[in-house]
Amino acid sequence: MSNSEQSTVRVSLDTPGAVGSAPGMDVPVGYAQARSYWRGVFHRVLRDRVTIGCTLVLGLLVFLAIAAPVLPLIDPDVANSGDRLLPIGSPGHLLGTDELGRDMLSRLIHGARLSLLMGVGPVAVALLVGGVLGLTAGYLGGRTNMIIMRITDVFYAFPSILLAVAIAGALGAGITNALVAITIVFIPPITRVVESVTTQLRSMDFIDAARASGASTFSIIRTHILGNVLGPVLVYATVLVSVAIVIAAGLSFIGLGASPPEAEWGLMLNTLRQSIFLAPWISLLPGLMIFITSMCFNLISDGLRSAMDVRY
Amino acid sequence: MTAAAPHILSVQRLQKYFPVRSGLLGRASAWVQAVDDVSFEIAAGETLGVVGESGCGKSTTGRLLMRLIEPDAGQIRFEGKLVGRDLKVSDLRRSMQMVFQDSYASLNPRLAVADSIAFGPQTHGMPRERAIGRARELLGMVGLEPSQFERRYPHELSGGQRQRVNFARALALDPKLIILDEAVSALDKSVEAQVLNLLVELKKNLGLTYLFISHDLNVVQYVSDRVLVMYLGKVAEVGPVDAIYGAPQHPYTRALLDSRPSMDPEIRVEHPPLTGDPPNPINPPSGCRFRTRCPHAEAVCQTQEPDLRPAHGAPGHLVACHMRRAGSGHSQAAPLVRFGDREPSR
Repeated sequence: MSNSEQSTVRVSLDTPGAVGSAPGMDVPVGYAQARSYWRGVFHRVLRDRVTIGCTLVLGLLVFLAIAAPVLPLIDPDVANSGDRLLPIGSPGHLLGTDELGRDMLSRLIHGARLSLLMGVGPVAVALLVGGVLGLTAGYLGGRTNMIIMRITDVFYAFPSILLAVAIAGALGAGITNALVAITIVFIPPITRVVESVTTQLRSMDFIDAARASGASTFSIIRTHILGNVLGPVLVYATVLVSVAIVIAAGLSFIGLGASPPEAEWGLMLNTLRQSIFLAPWISLLPGLMIFITSMCFNLISDGLRSAMDVRY
Repeated sequence: MTAAAPHILSVQRLQKYFPVRSGLLGRASAWVQAVDDVSFEIAAGETLGVVGESGCGKSTTGRLLMRLIEPDAGQIRFEGKLVGRDLKVSDLRRSMQMVFQDSYASLNPRLAVADSIAFGPQTHGMPRERAIGRARELLGMVGLEPSQFERRYPHELSGGQRQRVNFARALALDPKLIILDEAVSALDKSVEAQVLNLLVELKKNLGLTYLFISHDLNVVQYVSDRVLVMYLGKVAEVGPVDAIYGAPQHPYTRALLDSRPSMDPEIRVEHPPLTGDPPNPINPPSGCRFRTRCPHAEAVCQTQEPDLRPAHGAPGHLVACHMRRAGSGHSQAAPLVRFGDREPSR
């Protein structure tokens, strides 16, 4: 990806003066002090308002999710049949109540705990497993590559949601099984991204130079491959988090993920769907949360990509 | 350098065929004969230039010597020790280093140049602080002020500066032999001259030996003590630089030298000395591989493969051509039995 761009744009700044042994001549006037690649990325992200805004929204959500037990919220599981489907802005229930009279604000915040976990958890594990598989396949190449990538291809034959449903269905309902199912679904695409970047790097001369210096495979991967793979993979992983949240919500919706009375956005969407004509706005709230969260992860991913995409 | 100097590197019958895979199972359906039966020696302290058209196996030879590619056959001896038996590949790589053509691709874009240079010593157990100190020292040696350059990234350097960093990296392990694979070919002419002078200076100061791979005949003539001419994976001619440039024996060498534009505007090249592309190395011509483009090709060139034999003239000058072999059957070859000729009659 980024490497092909790097190698095609090769601007030669050589002038007789610039390479001579007079060191003073080498630095262009007004030359900014070199800073590390990641610090440069950080500075570019800071200038990107959309990415910063999305990060703030997600940060707030994560904070609320973590602090939910200590926040002055009504117990999310206490039902009150007298206060069913109260509209948004009702006294005592800022975002109204659901079909069993439970406080929506409290349930949405508590639901964020589960939904975020199901978004980030599988991606993190898949990143680890897929990363190792992709690095192995890409670096070793040949037969190893063929075996790993052909197995990966098998998973590509199914749409990701269908695969998740199939795996979760086979394992049985429950949050843990849903997490496992989503993780398995994400390992192949991450493997593929890591493999393609690694394969590209593998053919570059600096890897040969490192091999020629007698370095072990492990230390070459750690020093020379990992740093170059991390960027594109991180971008991809943030997209996957949003996909994971949607799949998790989908699994809960069809009864393969969280089960009542747990607060989880997908499950809430399912139970509230029967009330969509009575209280449309209330029923849309969990969907809105899913939309906002997944949108934020997507936009952050876009921002990261453009920040990392340095044209040399 | 004289031929009496001990050989630092001796290569015997080096061979590498690359499979051309096709079909579902990826079976090799053909072989690219990249390097075929290549033998040569390098004396300690000399520079051996390797020339040839692109695709003739120059770079593959370099990579085979470094064991970046595994050879199919052949023996490599470094300082008399057989690589793989008497000398471990990892030890070979400490005493032999390589500099590549693409100065950008040969540096990790995410590492500051001092870290790139220090990587080699660090993998051999040098503590980081000392390795960075050594990197600074090396940067100074290749003409880059350490305080200004050590924290820079490859994209912040010019091509010439990057290639200097690559030299510094190659020097970091105190090698005895450096393979320069088109190391100056991508640079501007003015920068190229400076970098070449740096190379010559480093060689003198550090007592290095170079294997200088290039397609640029003028540059090779400038830096080399001996020259090896390759054609389609084979050695066509090898000898002292003055003999190769002054009295080329192989028609291919002659054609290569004739293809250089003359410095004298009065001397014009009327006919292109060499036409067409080199034949496909997948199915090289039978007999002499150069015969399809050789103006002197005869029947014997098609049936028999010429081997490297001493050419008359300078000592150490070898050529693989039927015209130069007495009794080969070529009309321009010397008659079979002559006084002082040790040709066995067939």
